[in-house]
Amino acid sequence: MDIIVENLTKKFGTQRAVDNVSFIVKTGEVLGFLGPNGAGKTTTMRAITTFLTPNEGTIKIGNLSIYDHPDEIKKHIGYLPENNPLYQDMPVIDYLKFTAELYGIEKSKIKSKILEMVNLCGLEGEKHKKIGELSKGYQQRVGLAQALIHDPEVLIFDEPTAGLDPNQIVEIRKLIKKIGKEKTVILSSHILAEVEATCDRIMIINKGKIVADGTSEELRKHAQGKEILKITIEDGDVNEIFKALQKIDSIEVVDFIDKNLNSFEIQSKPEMSSKKAIFKMCVEKAWTLTELTPFETKLEDIFRELTMN
Amino acid sequence: MKQIWIISKRELQSFFNSLMAYIMLVAFLGFSGFFTWLFGSDVFFVKQASLQSFFGIAYWTLFFFIPALTMRLFAEENRSGTIELLVTKPVNDWQLVLGKFLSTLLLIIIALVLTLPYYITVANLGPVDHGAVWSGYLGLILMSAAYISIGIFTSSISNNQIVGYMLALFIGIFFQIIFGLLAGNLSGLFGSILDYLSLSTHFESISRGVIDTKDLIYFLSIIFIGLVLTEGNLAKKRI
Ligand SMILES: Nc1ncnc2c1ncn2[C@@H]1O[C@H](COP(=O)(O)OP(=O)(O)O)[C@@H](O)[C@H]1O
Ligand SMILES: [Mg+2]
Repeated sequence: MDIIVENLTKKFGTQRAVDNVSFIVKTGEVLGFLGPNGAGKTTTMRAITTFLTPNEGTIKIGNLSIYDHPDEIKKHIGYLPENNPLYQDMPVIDYLKFTAELYGIEKSKIKSKILEMVNLCGLEGEKHKKIGELSKGYQQRVGLAQALIHDPEVLIFDEPTAGLDPNQIVEIRKLIKKIGKEKTVILSSHILAEVEATCDRIMIINKGKIVADGTSEELRKHAQGKEILKITIEDGDVNEIFKALQKIDSIEVVDFIDKNLNSFEIQSKPEMSSKKAIFKMCVEKAWTLTELTPFETKLEDIFRELTMN
Repeated sequence: MKQIWIISKRELQSFFNSLMAYIMLVAFLGFSGFFTWLFGSDVFFVKQASLQSFFGIAYWTLFFFIPALTMRLFAEENRSGTIELLVTKPVNDWQLVLGKFLSTLLLIIIALVLTLPYYITVANLGPVDHGAVWSGYLGLILMSAAYISIGIFTSSISNNQIVGYMLALFIGIFFQIIFGLLAGNLSGLFGSILDYLSLSTHFESISRGVIDTKDLIYFLSIIFIGLVLTEGNLAKKRI
């Protein structure tokens, strides 16, 4: 089932928490919903899960609109809300049973379904404890188990690894990857590495608006319009080298990195490369080129640039 | 209907898991038993094989106990955020409200069933007006349902249980006694309106053994209005 969001706007008072957002998530896709705190991730997800009613726009899950078939839609969604709110005083097994019953799973199948979830989410040793007695990591697994028990086609996970320790994070990510293969998944996070590790596609949202959308490679390429090089040239006068570099046609900007070490940052003109020209210049002037490294644009930089202003 | 029962079952479980149910049952039986059999205008003092003194005591005990049972129902879901998981499951707001309402009503009915030994004992002491006893129980159930409905509504207003409890008592005390007192001091149309609004008037007429549709409509109206307002509060949270 595809998730189709069209012109979604959600206001709180005068604030547009989500502002005219449109996107489609296809079956089998894992979409990483990335943005700083307060960007509007939770609000968007709450609209998709029918918890919040949009002010404008439409949302469809498959062919079902959230306005016309909320109860039908809910059956197809597995939802892990932010902060994983569960009944603390309820034993794990009882809670899973309650969830299974609400989803209308046949009585005869409930037991085996619960067992399947307990195994899948690694809750074997904890299943008779009260949820409130479990560690945060295990509570998160209970949250996942309740979201998966009815084998939904759509999964919405809001910051599924927030507050977990590194080992727990790795395990939960593994689990999400495993179950996300045949489903339509949206996963939110404010951590870039997490989204890169688990998702096929990244959508960056800031102040309620989508500012980037694509695979991590696409996002990188997009930001990497210009070649940036770090070079070090020895056996020459710094100022002379600086001037010579500026004379190269393909170079747009020359910047000192470290005057004493004769290090420069070179930015080429769009679609041009200056590597050859720099090498040739050094040979002509009998300078020694001791370093020439292209700068990798990190996704972090893209993220920061897109969400800082 | 199935969804309503699933919700009710979980609430009942939660009442019993948290000991709230046991505390309520023991306290209710203790209070009502003490005053029915041992103290004040008890059965022996009145020298009549009737449960009137029990109904009088239960009327007040339930008034204070019911808000303590209902205060948690929505306030706690709102506070802890579990309401989000609940309403994104395939249940609608009405099923949720009715499920919670039913769970508390069932608990009260359990408490009342446990007082049936009083009835049996009294019946052994002398001739009893059986009709009056059963209609007395009906009166208690209707009155409980009305206060449960009010309590659920006040619980859905905020995410603070104490606020829910106090507000339920505050609204309840008008129906319980204030309207009746005012009606006694006022005559004319206003007086009779207040008299109709007074819950004690209707409770007394039912527990005397007269079941009038006027009284039934009164209780059903309070229940209905309370539940509608609760549903409204739930729906409001999504806008
Ligand atoms: N129930 C609410 N009432 C008022 N403002 C809200 C509410 N929920 C969210 N907001 C505001 O909407 C903005 C987006 O919030 P949210 O969707 O939670 O962001 P994110 O999940 O990306 O951190 C924030 O500025 C937040 O304060
Ligand atoms: Mg959030």
